[in-house]
Amino acid sequence: MKYYDIVVIGGGPAGLAAAASAKRSGADSILILERDKELGGILNQCIHNGFGLHTFKEELTGPEYAGRFIEQVKELEIEYLLNTMVMDISPNKVVTAMNRTEGMFEVQAKAVILAMGCRERSRGALNIPGYRPAGIFSAGTAQRLVNMEGYMPGREVVILGSGDIGLIMARRMTLEGAKVKVVAELMPYSGGLKRNIVQCLDDFGIPLKLSHTVIDIEGKERVEGITLAQVDGKGKPIPGTEEHYTCDTLLLSCGLIPENELSRGIGVEMSPVTSGPLVNESLETSVEGVFACGNVLHVHDLVDFVSEEASAAGKNAVKYIKQLEAGADEAPAKEVKIVPVDGVRYTVPVTLNPEKMDDTLTVRFRVGGVYQNRYVAVYLDDERIYHKKRQIMAPGEMEQVKLEKEKLAKYPDLKTITIKLEEE
Amino acid sequence: MYDIVIIGAGVSGSAAARELSRYEASICVLEKGEDVCSGTSKANSAIVHAGFDAANGSLMAKLNVLGNQMMEQLSKDLDFPFVRNGSLVVCTDESTRAGLNDLYERGVKNGVPDLRIIERDELVEMEPNISDEAVAALYAPTGGIVCPFNLNIAMAENAYDNGVEFRFNTKVNGIRKEAEGFTIFTNNGEVRTRYIVNAAGVCADLIHNMVSENKITITPRRGDYCLLDKTAGTHVSHTVFALPTKMGKGILVSPTVHGNLLIGPTAVDIEDKEGTNTTREGLDEAISKSAITVKNIPMRQVITSFAGLRAHEAGHEFIIEEVKDAPGFIDCAGIESPGLTASPAIGVMVADILQEKMGLVKKENFISTRKGVLNPEDLSLEERNELIKKNPAYGNIICRCEMITEGEILDAIHRPLGARSLDGVKRRTRAGMGRCQAGFCSPRTMEILAREVPGFTMYDVTKSGGGSAIVVGTNKDRI
Amino acid sequence: MIKKELTCIGCPMGCPLTVEMEGSEVKSVTGFTCKRGDVYARKEVTNPTRIVTSTVRVTGSALTHMVSVKTKEDIPKDRIFACVEALKGITVKAPVHIGDVILADVAGTGVDIIATKNA
Repeated sequence: MKYYDIVVIGGGPAGLAAAASAKRSGADSILILERDKELGGILNQCIHNGFGLHTFKEELTGPEYAGRFIEQVKELEIEYLLNTMVMDISPNKVVTAMNRTEGMFEVQAKAVILAMGCRERSRGALNIPGYRPAGIFSAGTAQRLVNMEGYMPGREVVILGSGDIGLIMARRMTLEGAKVKVVAELMPYSGGLKRNIVQCLDDFGIPLKLSHTVIDIEGKERVEGITLAQVDGKGKPIPGTEEHYTCDTLLLSCGLIPENELSRGIGVEMSPVTSGPLVNESLETSVEGVFACGNVLHVHDLVDFVSEEASAAGKNAVKYIKQLEAGADEAPAKEVKIVPVDGVRYTVPVTLNPEKMDDTLTVRFRVGGVYQNRYVAVYLDDERIYHKKRQIMAPGEMEQVKLEKEKLAKYPDLKTITIKLEEE
Repeated sequence: MYDIVIIGAGVSGSAAARELSRYEASICVLEKGEDVCSGTSKANSAIVHAGFDAANGSLMAKLNVLGNQMMEQLSKDLDFPFVRNGSLVVCTDESTRAGLNDLYERGVKNGVPDLRIIERDELVEMEPNISDEAVAALYAPTGGIVCPFNLNIAMAENAYDNGVEFRFNTKVNGIRKEAEGFTIFTNNGEVRTRYIVNAAGVCADLIHNMVSENKITITPRRGDYCLLDKTAGTHVSHTVFALPTKMGKGILVSPTVHGNLLIGPTAVDIEDKEGTNTTREGLDEAISKSAITVKNIPMRQVITSFAGLRAHEAGHEFIIEEVKDAPGFIDCAGIESPGLTASPAIGVMVADILQEKMGLVKKENFISTRKGVLNPEDLSLEERNELIKKNPAYGNIICRCEMITEGEILDAIHRPLGARSLDGVKRRTRAGMGRCQAGFCSPRTMEILAREVPGFTMYDVTKSGGGSAIVVGTNKDRI
Repeated sequence: MIKKELTCIGCPMGCPLTVEMEGSEVKSVTGFTCKRGDVYARKEVTNPTRIVTSTVRVTGSALTHMVSVKTKEDIPKDRIFACVEALKGITVKAPVHIGDVILADVAGTGVDIIATKNA
């Protein structure tokens, strides 16, 4: 069995940034295990631009953004295996993987970084009734077919879901010669960026129908049409609002689900809200020495934040190993809970140890609805230490607040940090 | 001229084909779909019923109990997944308990072994997620679950290995009685045969009525189902039925042999023999009624829903006999539940009828066993690595939800009656059947099909044959 | 005087902007809640531009037969389709590196099409 300081599960944006950061922080041996035939993950099929404004101060396409990190990984001489599927991870960090050349093999890690990303919600998970013909694709599958294989999945397209992938695919399909008839969105607001609504839909005259969903799919062999209906406040279709669209393709862009089958296998505790692991300030899961970052932890909307989060995970994993090797006394096992209430759906992390946190800790969260002119407030137990107005907050945009170690140090008996939205 | 033509390659037709392939005869199966198992046989509850449900003395009861007895050995001979997990009929209302006793009595008379009525305490111990309303249940230890695809595919493959010919994409449009035998008119030309077995599922009435003045009617009875992720697969361990009440037959909740949880079916009589569309009402009904017997089903874990058509005949009885005004034409019609369970026995009965009529003689070299698609998960680590060394495709995972390798997909394509479509691959290997519902693996499986099937390009790869192509052109081809 | 309605792309707020124009001259912008809206509106009505991303075929690469490309800089919005048409039928030979010019001066815009992926 081979031994590594750190095994990174997944060579997408999270895994690459985590590995690079771990190497720079002093990890001796790192192995990235990637199931696809190249590094870069989903970015390889995201050929549109808009990536990297935070990280590189310029606008890159997905493959270019990935390319920058792939270069770093190669320059840092980090080991990686492609076409390699991780089958299992044991709580004592034995990673079982498989590929064509080595068969099934095991590697022992001191720390494991989970960076498996996420998958798309399928038609079945949405429980859309109707026939089950060819021509129903998740937006990402269509994106792969068009951008990486060069095949058109259809000619006349309806898109359900106005998340960014759905919007981006509306433009891609249009520019490759398909007719995108409508984008329908169940919610009364779009989960996508305004910029994408303008540049992917408005630019091409594609209508966006909010509070609408697909209530029937016709076509026994290939999709022949779909029926849209308006929904009420509870998401139930309103009779009499049905509209029929002839189309041969239905693309679904209805949300992403962190891909945590391996995490569950290790016994990592999961959040029912994010479907990702519960982590502490070090992005460490409930299983010691197992860290998580990127979309496997919680679904992000900007890859720049994935890279940032993953870098922290890489650094923290090295810190963990160094402590393990030094046999140094653990910092006092103090745990402060971070509690989301009043409009805040979740936070990452969910706990922090003030002794172990960095000088500044970014707490990321999402809100449950569209809020205008609300304040984000942070309470240390009963005392409000942060109160800042945001002109607009929406579920589609990840929010963050920064906590300072110095500040927290002044509250030695701190039990709970509460993050909430306030009207004033 | 064939000795026997079987119309339909579902479980009944395939079982008949396999049993008849024991004899010296030229046999051809005509299937309108692109694959075996593409109608009712692919979309049902996947249950091997114990046999307490059918009326005493009925053919249904007889073949159900017989089929149940045969299933275990058949699963070993033909290498398909079958588990005798036991079934429970749950009574949730003390006032209907008499119904449970009736069912028990009927089952005993039908010859179902080891039936007993259990009380709530024992029931809760067996199924912790059973409804709080449950008062008692009929427990049938012989009830089981099966992979309906592989049962069907295995019987067809074995028939093929024993010389039966299969013609796919071949739809019967008409049949003419001749001085000797029949001429069958299809979209792919005429076929001459001495005998016909009508195993056409929901279309068996159309086929029957081509040769007989005694018309029959098969009504497609649609049932909606929801399939849940493997994370919900242990929610119950037995197949849980609701005691039928005057409100209807109820919805079953069952694990599947692959570790998922299945709920359904509803029952709606329709006209369209291809009307396999689910409906909002149907799915809602399946979901709400499943809660009558089993609590806390994690509906967020639904990964797909589908509808199947039962071939319902007004008399609710299997019709397996020679048609009086069409000698040589054997009906195998009205095969609704428990048809899947009964299928091995149906095959034997059809073969017996024809053996007697035709004086068929047994082959000497009948191959009685068949190996399924190799599942590397059944191997030890060493064996698996040996396999990968010999064939690296077994080291390449294509479907990451079900962990299916390229090796298994190649096996599914290249074996007798191999897969030609994404659904064909899925039914043989489970690739694409998992929680992402082929979102990730379909482009990869398409590439493999396009590469491996002689004469195929990406445009020939379909979801399920016919006009179900997945990609329709290349980028910018219409600009 | 003509009025143009726009949606600001600066943030999720998506302020509805109204621009009043006299010929090609912007007379007024209203509806924005921050400076970005004003700047965006003036640019968008006088000289709307976009980065266009697409794919072209590549031969001789072990990894792929499609390579992603983009306009090196923004091109006028009304040239998007001309740009895509100019890419139809183009096949390049591997190796291709990020930044390689795939097509110079696409559709007379003066902007090059460059590769965004190695192949």
